[in-house]
Amino acid sequence: MKEGLSLVQRLSAHPDSRCWFVSWSPNGTLLASCGGDKTIRIWSQEGDSWICKSILEDGHQRTVRKVAWSPCGNYLASASFDATTCIWKKTNDGFENLTVLEGHENEVKCVAWAPSGNLLATCSRDKSVWVWEVDEEDEYECVTVVNSHTQDVKHVVWHPTQELLASASYDNNICIYKEDDDDWECRATLEGHTSTVWSLSFDGTGKKLASCSDDRTVKIWKDFSPEDGQGDLSWKCVCTLSGYHGRTIYDVSWCHLTGALATACGDDAVRVFKEDETADPEQPVFSLAAQVAKAHDQDVNCVTWNPKEAGLLASCSDNGEIAIWRFQEEN
Amino acid sequence: MSNRLENANPVIFQRSGERLLTASEEDEDVHDPIDEREIFDILQSINDPEHPLSLEELNVVEQVRVKVDDPGNTVGIEFTPTIPHCSMATLIGLSIKVKLLRSLPDRFKIDVHITPGSHASEDAVNKQLADKERVAAALENSSLLEVVNQCLSTRNI
Repeated sequence: MKEGLSLVQRLSAHPDSRCWFVSWSPNGTLLASCGGDKTIRIWSQEGDSWICKSILEDGHQRTVRKVAWSPCGNYLASASFDATTCIWKKTNDGFENLTVLEGHENEVKCVAWAPSGNLLATCSRDKSVWVWEVDEEDEYECVTVVNSHTQDVKHVVWHPTQELLASASYDNNICIYKEDDDDWECRATLEGHTSTVWSLSFDGTGKKLASCSDDRTVKIWKDFSPEDGQGDLSWKCVCTLSGYHGRTIYDVSWCHLTGALATACGDDAVRVFKEDETADPEQPVFSLAAQVAKAHDQDVNCVTWNPKEAGLLASCSDNGEIAIWRFQEEN
Repeated sequence: MSNRLENANPVIFQRSGERLLTASEEDEDVHDPIDEREIFDILQSINDPEHPLSLEELNVVEQVRVKVDDPGNTVGIEFTPTIPHCSMATLIGLSIKVKLLRSLPDRFKIDVHITPGSHASEDAVNKQLADKERVAAALENSSLLEVVNQCLSTRNI
């Protein structure tokens, strides 16, 4: 069987506006999308087609930039340019607005739920990263505000297994945070990109981190931190993918099932990279396994692998569309 | 906003004349690739935020600093602020970007830069103009959007 990306379905998700982000639910059966029309849409499969099951409106006054599912799949968090983060709870026939988290001075660029389900991270153009704790009564409280970046923070992502947080910024750096005595602090600053870092993705083990940037490269970072967990962390760049992307790379997604790396680019393409199994693990080598040059008519803003179904990939674009792809590996 | 203009005595340049249409351009059936002159026509009437003059009259935009690749779907503009510390540079760049976003087909990638060497903060301004998330969020700010729309409104000459 030939290796490649084939289109499963194209959805006109957010008519007349941008679709900024798509996110699969933890069990892989639902897809949440959000965009410039200030709404969130929930998609599920009925037979062979993906259809819109719910539209979450009136939660935000401006663009909804990102959405994140809680690990249990019962809650959805949404980050908006209106400076708030909404928490939605799943009900029998949709979602209800549970609470609104305020505090950031301006646009919230990202929200991410920790694997434990008890912590939430948000980041903003106000240069800060906030960590929130949620208790059994669905009460949210901010426990730390960290100001390690000197510019707009674009993305936050949690480590898959440890209580570790990473952030990406307009200041061209990545910060890694760890908790010490109830306070979150930056324990490593990853420098190397020469322009805004737009997104981050840990691999399944959490030992490697992929970052993508306006500098048109993807960097792979490896954890070389001391085993005892004391002191500062140490992450080094072990691979840079350059020459493949024609414009800003807005998103990167590392599949925890297959190890494949997908990218979303401003040149309208979706690309999939695979790690060369024969290479030295300290110096990984990635090669381009598949690409769709015109995946969308406009910039691709997001790519995300389905967490349960290997090879299923969703992407979304400035033209308001979502596309669902199947990545076929060589047999 | 202070009453003192930043650049009280700008140099004013002559406006270019009307373009003469060729037979091919008059023909409805021939697809007109978008060229530098057409982009310049779109830009020339953008108003300066401070003076009752257009960007063309202030030589902030020039046709020679417009690069179009119609089959490649890219448009590149270099604009020259009238003075190297012009605090309106980001606003002018944003107005140029918005005018093109509203006028050109969606397939075009639009890059707006400060003419190299003509501004003290050119890297910072270029980075902001290139960040589409920042541009999108800025345009959701109603007071900023109003200022941009004023720059883009057609004046009665």
